[in-house]
Amino acid sequence: MKKKYKLPIIASGPVHPLQEEMEFFQLYVDGETVVDIDVRLSYNHRGIEKISESLQFDQVPFLVSRICGICSASHPLAYVQAVEEIAGITPPERALYVRTIINELERIHSHILWVGLAGHFIGYETVFMWAWKYREPVLDMLEKITGNRNNYGNVKVGGCREDLPEGIDAEINPILDQIEKKMDMLTKAVLDDPILHARLKGVGVLKKEDAVAYAVTGPTARASGIPIDVRRDDPYAAYDLVDWNVCVQKEGDVFAKAVVRLLETFESIKMVRKAMAKLPKGPIAVEVKEIPPGEAIGHAEAPRGETFHYVRSEGGNTPARHKARAPSYVNVPSFKASCIGEKISDVLITLAAVDPCYSCTERVGVVERHTNRVIFDFDKLLQLSREKTEKIRKGI
Amino acid sequence: MNWKIWSLKKSPWVFHVNTGACNNCDIEVVNCLTPKFDVERFGVTLVGSPRHADALLVTGVVTAQAAPRLIQAYQQASKPCVVFAIGACACGTGIFRTGYHVVGPVDKIIKEVDPNAIIAFVPGCPPKPEAMISGIVKMLNAL
Amino acid sequence: MSPDELFEKLNTIKSSLTLFDQPLDNRIYLHCESENCFEINKFLFQEVGARFVIATAIDCEQYFEILYHYSYDQTGCVINLKCFIRDHENPQVESITPLIPGAEWIEREMHDLEGIDFNNHPCLERLILSDDWPEGEYPLRKDWTHEKEI
Repeated sequence: MKKKYKLPIIASGPVHPLQEEMEFFQLYVDGETVVDIDVRLSYNHRGIEKISESLQFDQVPFLVSRICGICSASHPLAYVQAVEEIAGITPPERALYVRTIINELERIHSHILWVGLAGHFIGYETVFMWAWKYREPVLDMLEKITGNRNNYGNVKVGGCREDLPEGIDAEINPILDQIEKKMDMLTKAVLDDPILHARLKGVGVLKKEDAVAYAVTGPTARASGIPIDVRRDDPYAAYDLVDWNVCVQKEGDVFAKAVVRLLETFESIKMVRKAMAKLPKGPIAVEVKEIPPGEAIGHAEAPRGETFHYVRSEGGNTPARHKARAPSYVNVPSFKASCIGEKISDVLITLAAVDPCYSCTERVGVVERHTNRVIFDFDKLLQLSREKTEKIRKGI
Repeated sequence: MNWKIWSLKKSPWVFHVNTGACNNCDIEVVNCLTPKFDVERFGVTLVGSPRHADALLVTGVVTAQAAPRLIQAYQQASKPCVVFAIGACACGTGIFRTGYHVVGPVDKIIKEVDPNAIIAFVPGCPPKPEAMISGIVKMLNAL
Repeated sequence: MSPDELFEKLNTIKSSLTLFDQPLDNRIYLHCESENCFEINKFLFQEVGARFVIATAIDCEQYFEILYHYSYDQTGCVINLKCFIRDHENPQVESITPLIPGAEWIEREMHDLEGIDFNNHPCLERLILSDDWPEGEYPLRKDWTHEKEI
């Protein structure tokens, strides 16, 4: 079948630029309240599962690392764990620690990024600029260790592709100390700010029973009182070899989700320190000759929740079937439960609390239910969200 | 020099279009605005509508669903408009070359509506913010 | 529930299964035919209290398989329910979305990519393929290829 791209039939004319439903998220409103949500997933669909079937087992990590830019360490890890389970391979202990360190560093910079974006959406521009400035040293560290700020390409079937560079522990610990101090200041500022309390508490609540029905994972679930974390429930890498805590809140609102992410950043900093201190000497990978027929699953806790991969091998060089599930796939539909009934000014921050990718958040459109006209785009929603924060600030 | 080109060179306003990217390039684009790289001191700012844009920053492989949106954004942008294809995916579809839902890369889709479009390529996966800034500067100097 | 209690609980529905395999302590594979699929999903979600993770559809040329993956977080056990759909020309199975709203998207995706029908699904519309993608073309099927100028 020759895939031909066809130009749209509807001409642009005197029509609202967004009228052709080009939006990823469409929110239907009655007056100021959201009554329904529709999502068009096909913008980002690249057919990764089919591409996997034509790549060799050791080429697939490079592909899945690019499913999502900011969970790019956990996707290859989950995939590689599935393949190792099929072949009955156990990577060397040093490799487990290196995998843990890289995944936790990614969690740190991903959560700080989220804090910045949340600030941006409610009008705290200083928090945005500041958070993104303070995540840069983590990216520099990752570049020193793996060669790239994102898309590390560090994991392979049997272990890691490269070892940590010499002397990295002398560089990493001062940076972790610095970030911890700054995050401490930010966390106290968030927890004590009455305007943030008024703005975020009780907003976008995801009740526990809805969280279970929508099968959510990660901070979205932990903020609604569901104490699940793949790192503790089904330990992988070195998570059962270092001490750490699962962070849970009960309220399920945006504030609870922010608190969970802030607390997890501290846990991740502690984990990296402990993993660096306990890092054993030894080889970084085992040799893998072939992958026998079989099937297995691998899962990892990405910053957004559980990444789940299923791999089936028929004894050849390529996977016979590869299923990749990103955490946002189950978290984003829960937006329906947490956003219906909310006002338009709270839509952006409720969506951001689920932590979908930034580009998906940009493509939000609000449709007036009776006329089916797109009345607000991302810019307008951003403006409404910031205006609400200003009104609260003046009220107090 | 044409005053439109002059004002574009002095302070390019950019509109970001994601046509099916993993978000790495998009985050690095937003990173350019943050204090470490701070492109606003060069007059570069992100705008909310293609109608106000001098340049389009396009990321992603261009999926079948996103292609009409990219064309629409290009047609709405006032000319002269420079299209920056940011990242390996936008420059040449990268690792998603054989995907059944991929119709890109960016230059192929844009040239279907405007064979004389000005397109600049900034490769990388993702390109570092320094690379993006360098790409923008080189392009503007070449205009 | 402890791992032993979980094992005992799963044994109570053994009559509806065609296979019960536990290759590792924390990995269980249950096989069933498509007629019993909904009832076993309901058992896993409501009686066992496992968390629905995702579903994988596989085209095996003469039949289809749908694997429903569940995670029993208290013990870290992943339970995979493998449902066989023997009718390859007209594959269909009962939808689990009325039971688990979180399964709505993956069933729509499996419908788009493999052409499996989910009966009683509240909204089986296109989700993942583009608006202009032709009907009847299921990219993840084993015999589906496309010619592309690369």
